[in-house]
Amino acid sequence: MYAQMVKSEGMKSPEEMSPEERAFQERVDRGEKIEPKEWMPEGYRKTLIRQMGQHAHSEIVGQLPEGNWITRAPTLERKAILLAKVQDEAGHGLYLYSAAETLGVSRDELMEKLHSGAMKYSSIFNYPTLTWADMGAVGWLVDGAAIMNQVPLQRTSYGPYSRAMIRICKEESFHQRQGYAIMMKMAQGTPEQKEMAQDALNRFWYPSLMMFGPSDKDSVHSAQSMAWKIKMNTNDELRQKFVDETVPQAKYLGLTVPDETLKWNEERGHYDFAEPDWDEFFEVIKGNGPCNEERLGARREAWDKGAWFRDGLTAYAEKAAARRAASNVAAE
Amino acid sequence: MPSLPDVATPDVVTLAERAAAAQAQDPHVADVALKTAFFDWLCRMGDNSLILGHRISEWCGHGPVLEEDIALANTALDLIGHTQMWLGLAAEVEGAGRSADDLAFLRDAMKFRNLKLVELPNGDMAVTLMREFLFDAFHFELLTALTKSSSPRVAEIAAKALKEVSYHLERSSDLVVRLGDGTEESHARMQAALNKVWGYTGEMFAEDAIDDAVAEAGIAPALSDLLPFWQRTVGEVLEEATLRQPEQRFDAHSGGKQGRHTEHLGYILAEMQFLQRAYPGASW
Repeated sequence: MYAQMVKSEGMKSPEEMSPEERAFQERVDRGEKIEPKEWMPEGYRKTLIRQMGQHAHSEIVGQLPEGNWITRAPTLERKAILLAKVQDEAGHGLYLYSAAETLGVSRDELMEKLHSGAMKYSSIFNYPTLTWADMGAVGWLVDGAAIMNQVPLQRTSYGPYSRAMIRICKEESFHQRQGYAIMMKMAQGTPEQKEMAQDALNRFWYPSLMMFGPSDKDSVHSAQSMAWKIKMNTNDELRQKFVDETVPQAKYLGLTVPDETLKWNEERGHYDFAEPDWDEFFEVIKGNGPCNEERLGARREAWDKGAWFRDGLTAYAEKAAARRAASNVAAE
Repeated sequence: MPSLPDVATPDVVTLAERAAAAQAQDPHVADVALKTAFFDWLCRMGDNSLILGHRISEWCGHGPVLEEDIALANTALDLIGHTQMWLGLAAEVEGAGRSADDLAFLRDAMKFRNLKLVELPNGDMAVTLMREFLFDAFHFELLTALTKSSSPRVAEIAAKALKEVSYHLERSSDLVVRLGDGTEESHARMQAALNKVWGYTGEMFAEDAIDDAVAEAGIAPALSDLLPFWQRTVGEVLEEATLRQPEQRFDAHSGGKQGRHTEHLGYILAEMQFLQRAYPGASW
């Protein structure tokens, strides 16, 4: 899940709603899709912009930790797969910015907010990728966690968001597979490779659990977003589902999840597991994670150094339009 | 693995069968007299794609605009795909039990056969684009000619690669025009980039005994025959881009094809080959 702690507007009871708001809520309740030109509460629009913008930012910042290993990929096939995957992430960013634009915010405005720090991206991308096994762990755990949230979002109430999610989910499940395939190779490989695989799991386990956001009891924004169907499950539900699916996968790899308290709970039908360190999470969100400066710095630098490029293309387009207009006039 | 669906493999099997059948019909692959030259020439094809693909992939996530991030990754991906095919065939022709990966990750700089042009550092987007455009214009002509190769295997790879390289050329020439005729700054950057890489372009057309041998066998065209086509494309695009063709010699720098490279290649290989060198024999 690439959106964390998205601030939602206050919840209203049916009696407090205006007739328009009530009609809107009834449409959402019936499972109808809301389309761009249709009336929607300002809070719905704002919350969606925050959530989709944060998701889009996560996709493009998410290119960096994996892009970090493209030039060092160990085989031509792994290099090609990783390139394809990182290209997909950029593509997801593009779908999501485009979907957000239907709500009346431009991609440039959203970029500006990312660069100024006014908008966030997922905490997970502030962790470093130190060995090749991290390409496996990121695909398996990070994309795996993302899928947990994104699969239900295919049914979200906002049409363009829902359609973007359907395309994104197809690619993400391939990403998770390729990550797991890397982990399998490493876990069944030489002792050094197995050590790298275990180390990657150790480092990415808790940051992956953090991706779902703080516990529901501390999450103030969930109720309204769930009523609007722009959040489909609670953070704790998704985290539990992720743990339940991932633990057997780790066992299959012969790797140990770094949680001594991890235990199957027969009564609940779920694993009991340790919470991540939420102080660390809030520090990362505040900008004090291991790679915040590098990640945001790289994006700002790419944007600033690319200004002449974008300006050049704009200037050409304007000149070309003027030339076309002039030749039309001459023709008349 | 638990809870994830299986991948279907029939496509891969079909491709492998087709390649095996084609090999039986390609007399060049097992031609002992031609082996050294053919192998070397295939390494030139593969190494150009590999090293240019590597350079372009360095941009991943750092492009000037999201569409460029996607296009750059896509171009690099195409080139790595071509590398797999060219070096795969090179390994077969060599017949020494090496794989495409062995060739890519376990040769040292003196054994690399790429043009110096493609190993030049990325610089800004102007250098990256100009380097790519000048190579694309050559690559397009070369692959077009190779689709008529006397080697069915070469012709098949060329036909696949040509589809993608046609897009590379379309994109790079379009951007050269737009940025050359954009703002004062974009124009100046594109002109500086052109001046910087121009002296490396002549190597694309410099023929040696290897080129002569594969041309004689009908595998590849004479490189000098491609020059007028390249000059026409480059001349037209530069003119539309309002850029001046440099007066300096275009063949000032050569030797890459014979394994005498710039200092840059060693660093590319140090990075690219790190895992294979640090963990010999491991499977990834």
